[in-house]
Amino acid sequence: MNFGIIVFPGSNCDHDCFYVIKDVLKQPVRYIWHKETGLDNIDCIIIPGGFSYGDYLRCGAIAKFSPIMASVIDFANRGGIVIGICNGFQILLEVGLLPGAMHRNTGLHFICKYINILTENRDTVFTDICAKDQVLKIPIAHNEGNYYIDERSLRELEDNKRIVFRYCDADGDVSQRSNPNGAVSNIAGIINKRGNVLGMMPHPERSSEGELGSSDGLLIFKSILKACKGLK
Amino acid sequence: MITKETYRALGLRDEEYQRILDILKREPTTTELAMFSVEWSEHCGYPRSRNLLKLLPKTGKYEALIGEDSGGIIVDDLAIIFKMESHNHPSQIEPKQGAATGVGGIIRDIFTAGARPVASLNSLRFGPLSEPYNRYLLKGVVDGIQFYGNCLGVPTVGGEIYFDESYSGNCLVNCMSIGITHKDKLARAKAFGVGNTIMYVGSSTGKDGIGGCSVLASQEFKKGEEKRPAVQIGDPFTEKCLIEATLEALETDYVVGIKDMGAAGLTCSTSEMAEAGDSGIEIELNKVPRREEGMEPWEVMMSESQERMLVCIKKGHEKEISAIFEKWDLHGVIIGEVIKEKVVRIKNNDEVIAEATPDSLASAPVYDMPFEKPSYLDEINQLDLDTISEPEDYSKVLLKLLSSLSIASKEWVYEQYDHMVQTNTIVLPGSDAAVLRLKGRDKALAATSDCNSRYCYLNPKAGARIAVAEAARNIVCSGAEPAAVTDCLNFANPEKPDRYWYFKNCIEGIVDACKTFNIAVVSGNVSFYNESTEGPIYPTPTIGMIGVISSLKDVTTQYFKDNNDLIILLGETKNELGGSEYLKVIHDKVKGDAPGLDLKSESLLHATILAAIQKGFVKSAHDCSEGGLAVALSECCISGDNMIGASITLDGEIRKDSLLFGESQSRVIISSDADSAAKIEKIALKHNVPFAIIGKTGGDNLKISINNEKVIDSKIPELRNIWKNSLRNSLTAE
Repeated sequence: MNFGIIVFPGSNCDHDCFYVIKDVLKQPVRYIWHKETGLDNIDCIIIPGGFSYGDYLRCGAIAKFSPIMASVIDFANRGGIVIGICNGFQILLEVGLLPGAMHRNTGLHFICKYINILTENRDTVFTDICAKDQVLKIPIAHNEGNYYIDERSLRELEDNKRIVFRYCDADGDVSQRSNPNGAVSNIAGIINKRGNVLGMMPHPERSSEGELGSSDGLLIFKSILKACKGLK
Repeated sequence: MITKETYRALGLRDEEYQRILDILKREPTTTELAMFSVEWSEHCGYPRSRNLLKLLPKTGKYEALIGEDSGGIIVDDLAIIFKMESHNHPSQIEPKQGAATGVGGIIRDIFTAGARPVASLNSLRFGPLSEPYNRYLLKGVVDGIQFYGNCLGVPTVGGEIYFDESYSGNCLVNCMSIGITHKDKLARAKAFGVGNTIMYVGSSTGKDGIGGCSVLASQEFKKGEEKRPAVQIGDPFTEKCLIEATLEALETDYVVGIKDMGAAGLTCSTSEMAEAGDSGIEIELNKVPRREEGMEPWEVMMSESQERMLVCIKKGHEKEISAIFEKWDLHGVIIGEVIKEKVVRIKNNDEVIAEATPDSLASAPVYDMPFEKPSYLDEINQLDLDTISEPEDYSKVLLKLLSSLSIASKEWVYEQYDHMVQTNTIVLPGSDAAVLRLKGRDKALAATSDCNSRYCYLNPKAGARIAVAEAARNIVCSGAEPAAVTDCLNFANPEKPDRYWYFKNCIEGIVDACKTFNIAVVSGNVSFYNESTEGPIYPTPTIGMIGVISSLKDVTTQYFKDNNDLIILLGETKNELGGSEYLKVIHDKVKGDAPGLDLKSESLLHATILAAIQKGFVKSAHDCSEGGLAVALSECCISGDNMIGASITLDGEIRKDSLLFGESQSRVIISSDADSAAKIEKIALKHNVPFAIIGKTGGDNLKISINNEKVIDSKIPELRNIWKNSLRNSLTAE
């Protein structure tokens, strides 16, 4: 299957995603410059982490206007698989493919460290090969990961099992203590209604090889691969 | 008409101005005067240090690369480029921007060499956090480093932070960057080939940072001075684009040479590229992109606006290169060309406003500075251990040392730095050295920075040797062979003989140690005038060191791995407390001599550890430094993800506090299983390195007994809690 990685000026996890797809997952992958508009032969789009346009304004607020984003929205609306990681998640919120918004972390600092997330919904194309309630050890690295959504919309997310990952401790316990950034309901990752667009703050590409301390993130990429092969 | 006041305000002395008159055989224009003043400043021309810097070894066991703006080593087919640089004075004035532009500047030195920046380290020094301004400085500096480094996507993987009164009024911010490229793809900071094009790329030019290097970096702080306008402003997003565009441009065959516009901006880059290329350059200032109206020509030449480069391009290929920069929304503007005459000629609207030969600009005067041992030192070096009372409760002392901010965990800081981006960091911050894998190879790099400046204050030659030895020990403990050094030499006013004595002796110490370990000093930086009305800083020759791990299986960390492993101490514990953190924190004394160090024994220790690691005998390795054996053992117990206790039995004739908290050099704590321990003993014996099994891992406490008397029994969670949270608590409790 063919992966495409969107590159905005200021993206900085694009190379890391590329490496995991090409050298670990051993799948074809190409970079897509933000001024392009074509997504021919792409099966999965990755919007990587970083600081698109420096994120001096609200994160992702300028990336939203890049020519490629209209194509990404179109791709998603046709059922194409899209995963936004960190800044990629923020951009998906800005363009409206996913609901909610990001506040600054409650500690008002950038946080980079390994945390744990609970796989709450393994019935998605992104988590299909995860075990039930599997705890993934995975790093976060962000300043604005404090996910916010109003209560009604939160209920809708919960009722439709759209909360895929929540911050938890090593035993899978979801509590304020295991919430690194203040996110509503410990939300770390959500999907859209159709289930083909995932946004998540933690970085699966940083935890896809044992020598980096965890290979749990690879489960997400492998799930996508399995789903795509199944679709074809 | 140039007046005395004018050239003195630019930092030039009378005799230097006379020399400019002799060179030009006429009065300089304002622009020329400005150009000479920055080129001959301490920051650019090194007039007061060049004589001694020549002594640093330029060769070692790894092939050294010494470039115009940075240096490195060859590892296989790769060039590993690295350098450390100070941004002390800007950070003291405006900590966030000072530190941010420090990071940005050193990273530009790396990618202008054609290397992709892969990691940063920072060595920071502040006064005590009990003073609000020092808290402001630390918070601002950390904020600047995270703001710039995180945005760039270059991981900040390591470094050190020390606190001492001597840095109140003059903090230190030393930034180190490491980059990698293929050895055949290195770029040089040279301009040559008559008719080739000189292009300005990157951001536009403003009035920020004018005089940053000549005035700010080359004078000490005096009372009530306002120097904020001389600090530059950083824009990491533009720098990120500049990294990508520059590396893309260097992939073409059209770039002859490239140089960062750092200190003294266009002045340095034009004259130094011409000098390095043995050529001449002519530029037209009205072509320089500006962000401000009404800039004088000399201001354009002196501006230290960030994120700009000067590139020499093969004639006829300007379009290809400017297209790359324009793709990244950066300027790529032709401003001049390489000319036949060996002069740097600056035109403004076709009128020549400055013209001088590159060698005259680049040949800053060299001064033999007078030096003299400070009169107070003999008295300070006297330490009668009998006057130091031994503590009653050693467990309490241990807790107190673990809460000392120079020893306590720096987690509050490094959690704010993205230390994982680029997915190479296989040993995260918090161990002896950071370790970066080289993707696709069974090989890794280790990196560390070290300097105990209190030792340097007590005994500069010994202190500098220890700085190199400790860096090497940290590298070795991570499983790497020490490969090369970059140094960042922070000292007070060199025009004062007692301060210069420290500088001279520290250089000699670095030379001794590097020669013994057979490693080159490939790059570095001198920062003088680090003193304020509160006095001089401790002499601080920060050592940045790179090591090479020959196989990923050798990667080693400092914390205990399993219960029931044997704990081994390599090296000898002497009855010495001089300069120790214990003496300072518990007895409020900075006295005595620095710990003794025998460089040969140190080398043998390195050989022993490396052999034991490479044979697979070692589960953990940690060097003993500030706080001595007891602190090092605590760190082995508490710094990993899993906490593991230990039971230790020590014997000896020496004082208990020396045994526990003394900072004798050349000591390393290793853990291993029983079979391996016997094999390690053989290796140690062969190298004549003292070997002792001092205990066993396991349990919930750290227990230490001396001569069968229990002296320490501390709960591991309690040790960890205080070590982990002291820095955070001292910053948040206001």
